[in-house]
Amino acid sequence: MKRRKFEELFFRVLMVLATVFVAGSFFLIVGTIFYKGAPYMNLDMITKTPGGGFYIGKEGGILNAIVGSMYIAGGATILGLLISIPVAIYINMYMNGKTFLANTLRMAFDVLFGIPSIVYGAFGFLIMVYFGLRASLLGGIIAVTLLVIPILVRTLDEVIRTVPFELRDAALSLGATRWEMAKVVLRQIRPGIFTAILLSFGRAIGDVASVLFTAGFSDNIPTSLHEPAATLPLAIFFQLSSPVEEVQGRGYASALVLTIVVLIITVLSEALIKNFFKHKI
Amino acid sequence: MYKLRLFKDKFMSKLMLVLTLVSVSVLFVIGVGLYYHSIPILRKLPLSDLLTTSVWKPLKGLFGFYPFIMGTLWVTAISIIIALPLCLLTALYINEYAPARIRKILTPFVNLLSGIPPVIFGVWGVLFIIPLIQDHIAPHFVAFSTGYSVLAGGIVLAVMIFPLIVSIITEVLRTIPQDLRDASLSLGATKWETTRKVILRKALPGIIAALVLAISRAFGETIAVLMVCGNNAAVPHSVFDPGYPLPALIANNYGEMLSIPMYDSALMFAALLLFVIILLFNLISRVILARLERKLAS
Repeated sequence: MKRRKFEELFFRVLMVLATVFVAGSFFLIVGTIFYKGAPYMNLDMITKTPGGGFYIGKEGGILNAIVGSMYIAGGATILGLLISIPVAIYINMYMNGKTFLANTLRMAFDVLFGIPSIVYGAFGFLIMVYFGLRASLLGGIIAVTLLVIPILVRTLDEVIRTVPFELRDAALSLGATRWEMAKVVLRQIRPGIFTAILLSFGRAIGDVASVLFTAGFSDNIPTSLHEPAATLPLAIFFQLSSPVEEVQGRGYASALVLTIVVLIITVLSEALIKNFFKHKI
Repeated sequence: MYKLRLFKDKFMSKLMLVLTLVSVSVLFVIGVGLYYHSIPILRKLPLSDLLTTSVWKPLKGLFGFYPFIMGTLWVTAISIIIALPLCLLTALYINEYAPARIRKILTPFVNLLSGIPPVIFGVWGVLFIIPLIQDHIAPHFVAFSTGYSVLAGGIVLAVMIFPLIVSIITEVLRTIPQDLRDASLSLGATKWETTRKVILRKALPGIIAALVLAISRAFGETIAVLMVCGNNAAVPHSVFDPGYPLPALIANNYGEMLSIPMYDSALMFAALLLFVIILLFNLISRVILARLERKLAS
């Protein structure tokens, strides 16, 4: 009898320890980045593009990478939405959502979601070579769009499934076509679409491997789709591999900028998800 | 007016069908495209040679993938060994033991962790894990280590896959009916006995699915691993040896791949290898998970 109680206690303690460790790793990571990055943080970092000699420790900032990341993540999210919303609607409203075919399609998108970004990068590179494109903003947007489509489709799919079936039936029974019904449902899921946007944007802004081959790198803010663009993760990566201490420090500061951006996005989407499901039974 | 509405419906339906087919076919197009570009290297060297020889000298036309495959396996294995027990215990705690209030506090942190980009994990690895291994762990076991090792890669990866494993096992545990717990507890079993003998047994297929998904995620992770595991094209013999996983190989060499004959083909073959393995792993675990979910629904 004693042994059983002891075992119970032992595993309970073990579980709490594991949980503290797993949840604590978040603080450890963010803490480390803040601790190392904050001393190198200054206004120049986020308001200036790299000046001459930036990479040997002279003046400048990473505005080029911040803007480049925004362009690529924003462009990919918009392009991804244009494709994903119709796909999610088609799976749920034209295919009735529960058929074998619909589930197979869902699984295909799940599998696409699992494909690593370096493979998307390599594939994006093949597309660009095929069409004779150079590493550019456009190439980066295409590769990242491929990466975020599965995220968007699966999130929107989940969101659409929360809309009560009665609502669709009511629309149909009033003589609406399926497309008109879809419009009714779309209005219902507006907050859900916003959540999907944030999720996809967050993923897109942090990804390196897919843009490594496709977006190139540049010290200037791109002014057209055909110019190469810098991204934040890549800027962090390059600065970190520099032997100059000042440049490494800026790498930490850049990591801090990216962390803050991503944390804001995640917290926003968490809050939205909570809000969205609050009214559901 | 009536006709126009029907036409609109028809038109939109066709348009959506096309978009759906196009986006899903990306899966096939990636496979075919990578295979097509790997043909030159596969013609030159038989598959068995590519996978089992360890000499990597692109300039001499020697492409042995063995060290990279071993590098990938080492890093993945270490990360799973670290992450699985921790995540299993965490998921069990969150689901079976924690009071609702604590559960509500904990879940967002798991999500926050999953939102952190890979490159940040890499920076953290360089700033925190590398010195930790170099100064505090390695000296107890080996004479010298720079810290850049498969162990560092494994640790960083383990933390990266925490949220994935925890969230999937949590989902799986949620599919187990409460009646089972009540029955076991009413027979006089302690909470832990119920968890171990009823819950864990029932959840086993789901846990395996989570494990396989986690392996495939760890397999394909590029930048974080690249930053911490040393990138030395030799087969690692201990956890303190540097390794060179496949994704890092692709990422590190894309710049020069077009200037050396067969090099691009070899790298595309590496991508194909990753793609096929991860595709299979994902399919297997998704089928298991989908079955569990259907069982719950019925």
